Order: sequence, then structure tokens, then C-alpha cells
Amino acid sequence: MDLALAPETLARWQFGITTVYHFLFVPLTISLAALTAGLETAWVRTGKEKYLRATKFWGKLFLINIAMGVVTGIVQEFQFGMNWSDYSRFVGDVFGAPLAFEALIAFFFESTFIGLWIFGWDKLPKKIHLACIWMVSIGTLLSAYFILAANSWMQHPVGYRINEQRGRAELTDFWLVLTQNTTLNQVFHSFSAAFLTGGAFMVGIAAFHLMRKKHIPVMRTSLRLGLVTLAVGGLFTAVSGDTLGKVMYEQQPMKMAAAEALWEGESPAPFSVFAYGDVDKGHNKVALEIPGLLSFLSHSDFESYVPGINDTNEALQEKFGPGDYKPIVPVAYWGFRWMIGFGMASLSLGLLGLWLTRKRFLLPAAVRTGEDEVPHLVLLKKPLGRRLTRLYWLLALWTMAFPLIANAWGWIFTEMGRQPWVVYGVLQTRDAVSPGVSQGEIITSMIVFTTLYAALAVIEVKLLAKYVKAGPPELTEADLNPPTKIGGDSRDADKPMAFSY
Amino acid sequence: MELHDVWFVLIAVLWIGYFFLEGFDFGIGVLTKLLARDRAEKRVLINTIGPVWDGNEVWLLSAGGATFAAFPDWYATLFSGFYLPLLLILVCLIVRGVAFEYRAKRPEESWQRNWESAIFWTSLIPAFLWGVAFGNIVRGVKIDRDMEYVGNLWDLLNPYAILGGLVTLALFTFHGAVFAALKTLGDIRERARKLALRLGVVTAVLALVFLGWTQADKGDSTSLVALIVAVVALVAAIGANQAGREGWAFALSGITIVAAVAMLFLTLFPNVMPSSLNGDWSLTVTNASSSPYTLKIMTWCAGIATPVVVLYQGWTYWVFRKRIGTQHIAEAAH
Repeated sequence: MDLALAPETLARWQFGITTVYHFLFVPLTISLAALTAGLETAWVRTGKEKYLRATKFWGKLFLINIAMGVVTGIVQEFQFGMNWSDYSRFVGDVFGAPLAFEALIAFFFESTFIGLWIFGWDKLPKKIHLACIWMVSIGTLLSAYFILAANSWMQHPVGYRINEQRGRAELTDFWLVLTQNTTLNQVFHSFSAAFLTGGAFMVGIAAFHLMRKKHIPVMRTSLRLGLVTLAVGGLFTAVSGDTLGKVMYEQQPMKMAAAEALWEGESPAPFSVFAYGDVDKGHNKVALEIPGLLSFLSHSDFESYVPGINDTNEALQEKFGPGDYKPIVPVAYWGFRWMIGFGMASLSLGLLGLWLTRKRFLLPAAVRTGEDEVPHLVLLKKPLGRRLTRLYWLLALWTMAFPLIANAWGWIFTEMGRQPWVVYGVLQTRDAVSPGVSQGEIITSMIVFTTLYAALAVIEVKLLAKYVKAGPPELTEADLNPPTKIGGDSRDADKPMAFSY
Repeated sequence: MELHDVWFVLIAVLWIGYFFLEGFDFGIGVLTKLLARDRAEKRVLINTIGPVWDGNEVWLLSAGGATFAAFPDWYATLFSGFYLPLLLILVCLIVRGVAFEYRAKRPEESWQRNWESAIFWTSLIPAFLWGVAFGNIVRGVKIDRDMEYVGNLWDLLNPYAILGGLVTLALFTFHGAVFAALKTLGDIRERARKLALRLGVVTAVLALVFLGWTQADKGDSTSLVALIVAVVALVAAIGANQAGREGWAFALSGITIVAAVAMLFLTLFPNVMPSSLNGDWSLTVTNASSSPYTLKIMTWCAGIATPVVVLYQGWTYWVFRKRIGTQHIAEAAH
């Protein structure tokens, strides 16, 4: 059969499309849940109306987003069985457990408490309502933890044995699966990237309103919160990316060699800034390199030997038998660069913004601004001119989605960089697809999902834009007088619900 | 009782929880066309399940995840075998979730009407298809010696399974009507009770034929007990509904679902997916299950998590215990 339309190729495309799409919503959901919870906490503690308005504004965007995250997540739960039944049979004993934990512990948490939060404004006392959004936030984090533990096991299988008789992997140490260093590093990296994503989102939208001098008190607060989240999230993303990289050099040298398009091992090894490879011949045509940096990234010194693609391939052939153990090198190489490039561009913008809008005690008296004024962007002592200020706001707005691109490439890199393995060193991807599912069935489902997802993307983005433009809502009497009893106060039995579908 | 038997029971519990809970919210979705006279009433119905439908749906994800972990081969054979029906269910669940969340987020009538039809169809189709799926699981499908499904789509659309689909559709709609009577106020509450009677009678006829057929084909004495409980509870639910005892009617329609699904699982055991080609090729609790270690960990997790889930989900229903009428729906809510 034509390889391009082989069930394996189609199943991989489908997994890639549905997963990358799902992961557009996940990091925003994780970070916006926590940020909304933080804003509502500020409202409960200070009673300042701007915090409640901010909670409602960001909460609405969060809800529009999580709806998509939840529904696209359903597909994730079932497509292992649909398209990857041999994978499911082989790894279910190990891989199924964290998935079941995720559903039983995290999904129930998230979806039950989100219902309470959405409909609970006039049914729950302030503090209990606040507790609900924190529960949602904990749910999102737990959910991510379990699924990352499952993925980490595919990257670096531990705590299992092969049962030859049943022809499958069996779990021997669940705790190890949950706590191995691949899991911890992936969790650290993904969580911080999620906050980088949410921070950039918040900064971009706050910049949009501040540029037009609208909703200033709420957006000023949001800008600050977004910038701090973006900068802290970004710095942790960089640090955890570095440690995760070092772990990968140990566990999957091929992935990292491909990330660098380093064909032959070198010592000291350079970091490649740009390369154009001659993949068939196993070397680069053009390359621009920083000497020694790769040695440092992989082993924390500028001298040590880093193995290349060709030597790693030979080592793997010796270990696993004849075959080609190379991933698609340009995808790994450019995926790695786009991940870092887009992520770090957002971080730089955040750090710059944090400095430009620094707190008043770092600023000369003349350029300080009040709570209801658009903050000046101050590079040294004087505010930036109108044009440069506008340029910064526009940059923040237009780069809002950069972390989403970085996230997507991060996953494409780490998943495609592991190929030809689906479980590294244990099971190859070509042995994982469903043998009983026909080409027609996969093509059907791919067309259906792609069309549906595209249509929903248009709807979602338009809806987000509508609510972004509308700005924070005005507060009502009911908003400012939350109930004191669970189930709502019985002052007026016919009063309309504070929120209804 | 060995751990894989415990897990057979737990998987049954998760499916029962799913059908009990999502059953009435599917029913409410169907009733938006059958019961509601105008758009205000539609919104009343949708809002009775507003805070809870998402939590209800997680019972399905848990059943799926737990099947993957406890019976990997069952998970693999079922979802790769029932590929296209499952695809249709997934599409419905995706659109349905978005429909609830997005329907009121724009004021345009055409926008809202489109999402309302989406809610109707995406509730009706899965309510039917889950019955077809379970009908086929119980009846047995073409599974070869390698545990692969070798039939095609048309094999799944046999009379027995289609009858199963009609039973779940009718039963869930009845369950939804009873729920609507329990949760609403005013005119719609009265009409929900009247409609529930008619739906109850249709359900009783369909369920009696389907469960009787199942009993004749695969049943034993325990499944007969479950059948009797299901039928008695259904008749009692119709009676309670007529007597205006809405809480009882809902509890009893719930018991009908519990007993009917329990009966299907009882006729299945110790198989999980019987093969219609050769009895030796059936997937069973032993040949499809995970290792004892995995099952032990999963038992701890489910044993602790499930009761807690029931507690806080139950609390949710208590928080939103007030009935809803058209007066509670704000005009310009979007």
C-alpha cells in the first residue's frame, strides 16, 4: 500500500492533529483557571470591585476556552482504542492506570466544580464559590500531571516488565511511573509553559484595552498580573527546558542529536543556529554554529563528547537489530528551534514589559501614574513616545499566541523525535496501530474530526474576540451581594438566576 | 471473588452511573423538542441540567479509562471494532458540550436556534447508539482468535441491537421527563408529567421485549431477578408519576436503569465481549484483564475516589435543588 495513505501514517496524522488541537486549549485552561482563582481571591479578600470585574472578564474567556478543552479531550481518551488497539493491548496494563486516575480524580473534580462555579454566583456564599474555582484549578493540574506521567512512560519506560506469555508490558512500580525524573521534568516544563501561555494571553488582551484607554483599572491590574505570570512562567520554562534536555540526552540521545542535526559525534559539540541538511547523505549542507554550547546544554561543561545521529543509529542497531532508528531530522531540528524561539520571544516581551511598567518606587515622581490611568512605559527616566508605546502594546497583542505555537512545536518535537518508537526502546509505532481498522474508516474519521475542529476553531475565536472586545462587565446588585446560605437566600423566590444558559 | 471480577463489577458500576446520570440529561436534550412549547421553556429545560451535565459525562470518561486500565483487550477490541458508531458518538458529545456552553453567548436568534437543534440531535443520537453498542456486546460480535473484530458496520445494525437502542432512547427520555417534572415549575411541569406517562408506557413495552429476549437467550436466575426489578421499578415509576410523587418517580426510573444495565452485565459475565464466531475466542474477565498488581492499585484508587465523587456530585444536586420556571430565566442573559 502507498505509504502516504497507509493506516499507520493516517493514524499518526490523526493523532497529531487531534492532540495538537487539544493542546491549544489545555495550557490556557490550566493557567487561566489559576489566574481567575487568584483574581477572585483578591476580590474576596479586599472587596475591591475591579477584582470582581476582572474575575468575571477572565472567567468568561476561561470558560469559552475550557469548553473546547473538555470536548476535544473526550477524543483523546478513546482514540487509543480506536486507532491504536495494538498499542492499547500492549501497554494498557501500565498506561491505562494513570488515564483512569486522571478521569476518576481530576476530571470529576474539574467538571463538577466548574458547574458549581458557573451557576453558583447566586447559590453559594462568597468563600465557597471561591473554593470551587480553586478546586477546578487543582483538577486541571492533577489532570495534566497524570497524563504527563503516562506520556513520560512512553518517553522513558520504567517500573514495568515484559510478560512474554501475554505479549505485553505489565506494571511493577506505579510510584516510579509517577515520580521518575522524566515525569517530574516534563511536568515542571509543561506547567511553567502553561503559565507562560496564560500570561502572554492576559498581557496581549490587557494591552489591547490599554492602547485604546478603555477599562483602565481592571486592565492595569490584569497587565501587571499577566506580565509577572509571563516572566516567571517563562523563566521556569527555560530552566526546566534545560534540565529536561539534559535528561533527554541521557534517555533518548537520538532525539537530541536530531534536535541539533548533529550527524557525527563531536567533542566539544557546537550548538547549531541554522542548518540545512542533506538527510539522505547524513550530513548538513550549510550550518551556522556556536562552538561548545551543545556540550554545555547536554552535560553542563563546554568540552564533553556529544554523540551524533549516525553513531547513535549504529549503537541502536547493535542493541535492537537492523533498522533505521532516525526520526525525521528536519522536523526535530526545526521543531526544537521554533519551540524555543517562540517561547523565548514571549518571555523577552514579558521581561521588557515588566521593566517598562515597573513599580512606582523605581520610577521618577513625574512619570508615576494612578490606579485609573494607563501606565507610562518608561525605559530610563522619561516615558516612551506615543509611537513606541503603541508599538509595545501592538507587539504584546500580536504575539499573544506565540506560546501556543511554541507549545505545539514542543509536542511535535518530543513525539516525532522519539520515532520510530511509540514506547521508547520497547514498541515501535508501526506495531501499535489497529490491525482491524480499515483505511476507509481512518480517512472518514480524519475528515470528520478535521472539518469539525476547523469549524469549532472559527466559532471559538470569534466568540473570544467578541468577549475580549466587550471588556469587563458592569457589576449588578446581585454580584455585589452574594448569598449567605448554600442554595441561595430565599428573599425572592421568583428572582431570575444570576447566570443561565 | 478475584480482582478481575471486582473490576468487572466496578466497570458495570461506572456504566450504570453514566446511564443513570447522563441518561436524564440526554432525555432533557430530547425533550427540548418534544416538551418545550417555546424558547423560554427550552431554556428552562436546558438550565435544569446546566450545572451538572458535564460532571455526568465524566462517568463515561471514567468507564473508558477504567476499561483501558483494567481490561486493555476489552478496551482495544471494543473501540477499534465499533469504530464508526463510536466516532458518531464522539462527534455528538463534542458538539453537545460546545452547544450548552456557547448557545447563550450570542444574542442572535439564528445562532441560538442552531445550537438548540444541535442539543436535540446530539442527545438523541448517543442515547440510541449506546443501546445499540450494549446490545451488540451482550449478543456477541464477530471476534477472531486474535481478539480482533472482523465484522462490519452492518453486522452491528441487527434487530436485537437496534431494539436495544430504542430501549435506551425511550428509557432515557422517560427518565428525563420525570426529571423535568421534578425540577421545573408551572405549566411545563404538568406537561412533563403527562408526557412521562406516555413515554413510560412506550418504554415499558420496548424494555419488556428487549429484556425478555435477552433473558430467553442468555439469562439465568440472577438476571431474571434484575429483569423483574427493572420492570417493577418502571411500572412503579409510572405510578408514582401519575400520583404526582415526582421524587419517587425519579428514584424509580433511576432504579429501572440500574437494574436493566445490571441485567445486561449479569448476562455477560464472565465474558466481557463474547465472540459469535467461536465461544473460545470470547474476551473474558480473565483473558482480557490486567495484571493483579495494576488491578490492586486501581482498586485502591476507585475505592477511595468513587465514594468521594458521589458525595460531592450529590452535594451539587443539593446546591441546585430549587425548581426552575420561566420566571427565573433572565431575558437578556448571554
